[in-house]
Amino acid sequence: MSSRLPQEGSRINREKTVDFRFNGKNLKGFYGDTVASALLANNEMFVARSFKYHRPRGLFSAGEEEPNALMGIGEGPSFEPNIRATEVKLRQNMNVASQNHWPSLRFDFLSINNVFSRFFAAGFYYKTFMWPRAAWKYLFEPMIRRASGLGNAPSEYDEEYYEHIYHHTDVLIIGGGLAGITAAKALRDRGLSIMLCEKDCVIGGRYLEDSKIEERDRYKKFHEKSIGILKKSKDISVKLNTTVTGIFDHGFVLAYEENQHSNKASKKALWKIRAKTMILCTGAIERPIVFPDNDLPGIMLAASVRDYMQKYGVLLGDRLVLTTNNDYAYKTVIELKHRGIDIPVVLDARDSSDNPIIKEAEGLGIRILFGKCIGRVEGKRKASAIGICSVNGEGTIEELIPCNAIAVSGGWTPNVNLWSHCGGKLLWDGECGFYKPDPENTPTGREGETNMLALGACAGVFSNYDIQDHVPRKINQLASRLKIKSKRYIETNVFSKESEKKTKPVFALPHGASKDKQKRMYIDFQNDVKVSDLQLAVQEGFENVEHAKRYTTLGMATDQGKTSNINGIHVLSQSLGKPVDKIGHTTFRPPYKPIPLGLIAGQYAKKLFKPVRKTPIDKWNLLNNAIWEPVADWRRAYAYPKGNEGLEETLSREVLSVRKNVGLLDSSTLGKILVKGPDAGRFLDLIYTNMISTLKAGKCRYGLMCNEAGFVFDDGVVARLNDQSFLCHTTSGGADRVYAWLEEWLQTEWHHLKVFIVNLTEQYSQIAVAGPKSRELLQTFKSIDLSAEKLPFMNFIETNIDDIWVRIYRISFSGELSYELAVNSNQAEELWNKLNKVGKKYKLQPYGTEALHILRAEKGFIVVGDETDGTVTPHDLGMEWIVSKKKKDFIGKKAFSLPHLNSSIRKQLVGILTLDTNKVLPDGCHAVEDGKAIGHVTSTYFSPTLKRSIALGLIENGRSRKGSTLEFEISSKESIFAKIVDPNFYDPEGAKQDG
Amino acid sequence: MLNIYCPICQRDCDETELSCGGQAHLIRRDHASSDKDFYEYLYERKNGKGIIFERWRHVYGCGKWFHTARCTLTNQVFGSYSAKEVQPPKSILATIRRSRVDFKGWVK
Repeated sequence: MSSRLPQEGSRINREKTVDFRFNGKNLKGFYGDTVASALLANNEMFVARSFKYHRPRGLFSAGEEEPNALMGIGEGPSFEPNIRATEVKLRQNMNVASQNHWPSLRFDFLSINNVFSRFFAAGFYYKTFMWPRAAWKYLFEPMIRRASGLGNAPSEYDEEYYEHIYHHTDVLIIGGGLAGITAAKALRDRGLSIMLCEKDCVIGGRYLEDSKIEERDRYKKFHEKSIGILKKSKDISVKLNTTVTGIFDHGFVLAYEENQHSNKASKKALWKIRAKTMILCTGAIERPIVFPDNDLPGIMLAASVRDYMQKYGVLLGDRLVLTTNNDYAYKTVIELKHRGIDIPVVLDARDSSDNPIIKEAEGLGIRILFGKCIGRVEGKRKASAIGICSVNGEGTIEELIPCNAIAVSGGWTPNVNLWSHCGGKLLWDGECGFYKPDPENTPTGREGETNMLALGACAGVFSNYDIQDHVPRKINQLASRLKIKSKRYIETNVFSKESEKKTKPVFALPHGASKDKQKRMYIDFQNDVKVSDLQLAVQEGFENVEHAKRYTTLGMATDQGKTSNINGIHVLSQSLGKPVDKIGHTTFRPPYKPIPLGLIAGQYAKKLFKPVRKTPIDKWNLLNNAIWEPVADWRRAYAYPKGNEGLEETLSREVLSVRKNVGLLDSSTLGKILVKGPDAGRFLDLIYTNMISTLKAGKCRYGLMCNEAGFVFDDGVVARLNDQSFLCHTTSGGADRVYAWLEEWLQTEWHHLKVFIVNLTEQYSQIAVAGPKSRELLQTFKSIDLSAEKLPFMNFIETNIDDIWVRIYRISFSGELSYELAVNSNQAEELWNKLNKVGKKYKLQPYGTEALHILRAEKGFIVVGDETDGTVTPHDLGMEWIVSKKKKDFIGKKAFSLPHLNSSIRKQLVGILTLDTNKVLPDGCHAVEDGKAIGHVTSTYFSPTLKRSIALGLIENGRSRKGSTLEFEISSKESIFAKIVDPNFYDPEGAKQDG
Repeated sequence: MLNIYCPICQRDCDETELSCGGQAHLIRRDHASSDKDFYEYLYERKNGKGIIFERWRHVYGCGKWFHTARCTLTNQVFGSYSAKEVQPPKSILATIRRSRVDFKGWVK
């Protein structure tokens, strides 16, 4: 049973109690507790169910490496799933819930997976795909879907405040342990900006906890002095509670700051740091020894047992055994023994050790057995006894020892993840049994320079004495390499020299474990990967480390294998009979630890996620009941329903008002690009397929742009403002694309041309006044003469309407007499209101984009993006007339001469009239002939003007099919038959456009 | 995230300010070219491992195109130069040679 000690705990304040709930139970902790330490203090040892077999699990560590204790924390809008209990500070009234069980932690229905675990071995999931086919759909998929996933997604909008912070620094020190502190001290006063990120809420790493009683005061003094120096130094900024989660190209670093001190929702920030040099001081992570039944609650990493005791005054159990292969782990049992805790036995996998710490332990009366390990653990939901066996052999139990806690230590693994994120290579240290950074193959920066240096335990230098010795030396070397102010930094070593015998690497014990035992030896706790699973993977041919990883999911859980990777690689090496350095390792990738999705979004959520582009007339549209349609980033009025109108009635009213009277359209979103300069005409001749340079000032011409492959790219009217200026109109969605396209050609291909390009889309707004009464309406403003003589079709004039400057184009996208009024955007709303007011007399109706599309489809005018899809040529559209034969060169010219673009079986634009005039074809439906699709519908409407269904489509060899009837399949059961006709359904002679 | 020098603004830019335009120094083939040359101009790209020459546009900045030489293995950048250059300038090639002794030079 775990419990709180009557005193002790460097992190907690016993004066302040904190109430919290765990699975509905009201519990108490102290201020400064983590959720994990508070749970242990309340004897909650069984806190989780494993992912696959739903086995009971307890806390295994005290840090970010925790594989088991993932919790759902908070409620409602502050709820977060999958949070490591070891990393969250306890807050008043915090709600903590365990995960991955139903209906409750103790009685979990899916723990039946554990009983049938032999059916759920590695690769079970993949095998369900294979046979029988129906079983996947009806049995496995529904079952797996129900069981899969870790934790529950929050059901409410996240109310947390997330921030992105940008920072530049000369040096970034990652980790504030002894190595990081020493590096910061050594680098100060050299004119550098130094940032130190520490994931914990204090700096200092482990040296205070690791010190012997007689050393403690000396180390404390050193610690306080160091903190004083860091605080005083203006060039050093220390960020606590900040975990570096990823290293990217050219010294770009992401760090996750979590300020947990407030009682309300915490502040979370994503730091985007650009660092010239990074110093990696991320220390090491203790790794377990894998032994049979090693996943029961009550089993914990040895240093974590000590952390809970020293930092939080919490005891894992009062009868603890240690299984180890190194001297360092003895610190745990010695500290426990000093507090009167019963240590029945220490099992040491080595043959012997001459380290004085062994003598010290023996002196305290601790029984030490060399060459022994754990062969079995008794207990269902909690360890209650261990069976001792020999490290060699199959694991025959020699002696059973009752206990309620087991500490395990298989040595320490340098924390090298960040070294690998951006190109650093690793070296296998066979003597110690871990990977460490390869100083010859470091991560590099923009100029190819080494931009990361690993120091301390993450570089394989473990003892405090050695760290204090090597860090100043390495920093001095760095300073001279970087040619920064290099005063030699010397520090007196305050740490005692330790005579530590190196760890004997052992990974899974006993060495000859029987098959039955291998099935109970867990390597990866979070994903339930056992020794037997890795052996199965090898047996089934997944011998490459990357394959074995994916087949077994080893190291793929949210802890990214922090405690399991090395053990897994070693078991793999033994199964393959190959040395570890020959099988390699999987790649560490960001993030080092999970970060919330909300943090990545930062403030760019809700309204700021993607700001809406609005026209100057948007307010009027909003007040007049507009239905919105997104067009690129714009929102445009799709239609303006009145009263109880149905949508069809609205569209019919809007279309007919243009055909009979006059309509008003907000077409401000139209792209407007000014091309100016002595060579503007020449440039545009190269861009458009037709001739632009011959256009006279004051006139307009419709133009088409293609890409080099000959496919239509954009279209629109070009107006020549004067000799050297052309205003090119583009589609609403294409404005930015076309502007970038023009710039690219001008800057990279035809940079000898004297041309200047400006995107004026937002400077001018545009209002279309369309319909037979449009001229009459506009002429009520006394100042303007719009007679056919004064302003012929495809011409424009500049004038004033009252005091408002306008440029009036006589162009038509509806086939009716029509004018488009360009106006400075700040006066667009005023002009719009004036036109509406005057228009009442002429029964003017504003119309939206859908009526616009119906009107143009009745005339057979194309819309780029509807009738074209990036594979359609002008010839396909029946627009040969717009491809110049005279021009020497333009974009796409070569492509038009290629045979496949002139083939008669290409899809061609046609009109489609359904035989049943009321049946509207579904958009995109296919025409079929002899069971083969021969084309599709590109635009389809019910035409209020013609009172029948109309459509445009691209059909193979369509022009020669005019008059014939085709079948359009709209489902496997239903077809609609339609006649192929010319794509111009209304006023084919064009008589209406002059009014 | 790459950090690249814009020769027009004369300052370092984060990758988020830039947009990559693929292989640099392509030769445009017009209507007078052979079908094979035209095909290569449209579709054949080197996509090499190691040193490449590529186009960038400082979209959220000056809006100008420029070229860089970059190593696709290490992301080392050897310098930026004007998009008007038809081949990499000598100074850039010299910079590459200084850190890649086996560099064979620019191939069209």
